[in-house]
Amino acid sequence: MTIADIKNYLDAEVLCGEELMYKEVHTACGSDMMSDVLAYVKDQSVLLTGLCNPQVVRTAEMMDIICLCFIRGKRPSQEVIDLASERDLVVLASSKRMFEACGILYANGLAGGAVLE
Amino acid sequence: MSNLVLKYTVDAEDFTRAGEASSDVKGKLKRMGVPPDAVRKVAIAMYEGEINMVIHADGGEITVEITPSQIIMILADKGPGIKDIDKAMQAGWSTASENVRALGFGAGMGLPNMKKYSDEMKIDTVIGVGTTVTMKVNI
Ligand SMILES: Nc1ncnc2c1ncn2[C@@H]1O[C@H](COP(=O)(O)OP(=O)(O)OP(=O)(O)O)[C@@H](O)[C@H]1O
Ligand SMILES: [Mg+2]
Repeated sequence: MTIADIKNYLDAEVLCGEELMYKEVHTACGSDMMSDVLAYVKDQSVLLTGLCNPQVVRTAEMMDIICLCFIRGKRPSQEVIDLASERDLVVLASSKRMFEACGILYANGLAGGAVLE
Repeated sequence: MSNLVLKYTVDAEDFTRAGEASSDVKGKLKRMGVPPDAVRKVAIAMYEGEINMVIHADGGEITVEITPSQIIMILADKGPGIKDIDKAMQAGWSTASENVRALGFGAGMGLPNMKKYSDEMKIDTVIGVGTTVTMKVNI
């Protein structure tokens, strides 16, 4: 699925990276704890989170995540959006809750990531 | 070719800036053409260590040495030290406050992640003096 598909499934708004919506996403991960996210290595993945600080962008950067989706109607500050934009991340915002957002993407064929051993 | 040595001061005052050193190292390694898997391992291991210096130890100094065969990260702080390293290394064990958890950290996964992503890791810690974590990632 592409980032554009995710936007549609989650009824999300695009906060930055409109020109990168064509990118393919293979895996997803949903968490508000960044070290949980950092425990899994995935390629071309999307991170769903309700946490809104700059460390979400840094975590995505370290892991080569390509898309951030803020859920539960959370809106990051412009500073966070700018940081993401500099790193070529697409940022989406959806009002769906975590369980529902993950469920929709999973049901549409997106997989979880693999643990690096 | 001589080895490249990078030095960073990690400031604990401003949580929003935590991770800047790791971000800089990641960018440099990428531009140097280091294989992406090694770059990602260094980035994640160093980022977890950098965050720990900020949330548990009042900041510190990071030295990164890049040799043709490995990347060596030395993270030194003058924080409280780690009382029980075996416990600290367990996944899920954390002394982080509610404040830190609200920032998205304190799952007790940082040190296990650092061990997982580095090829070698050593912790030297003295209570009341500080902690030095040395990690190596093979290229
Ligand atoms: N540099 C340090 N100085 C002092 N104590 C530390 C340091 N690094 C880790 N610790 C101690 O070890 C514990 C475990 O660290 P670890 O990084 O695994 O988890 P955490 O930082 O609490 O949570 P997370 O990394 O998941 O955000 C910490 O809660 C803290 O008590
Ligand atoms: Mg930690």
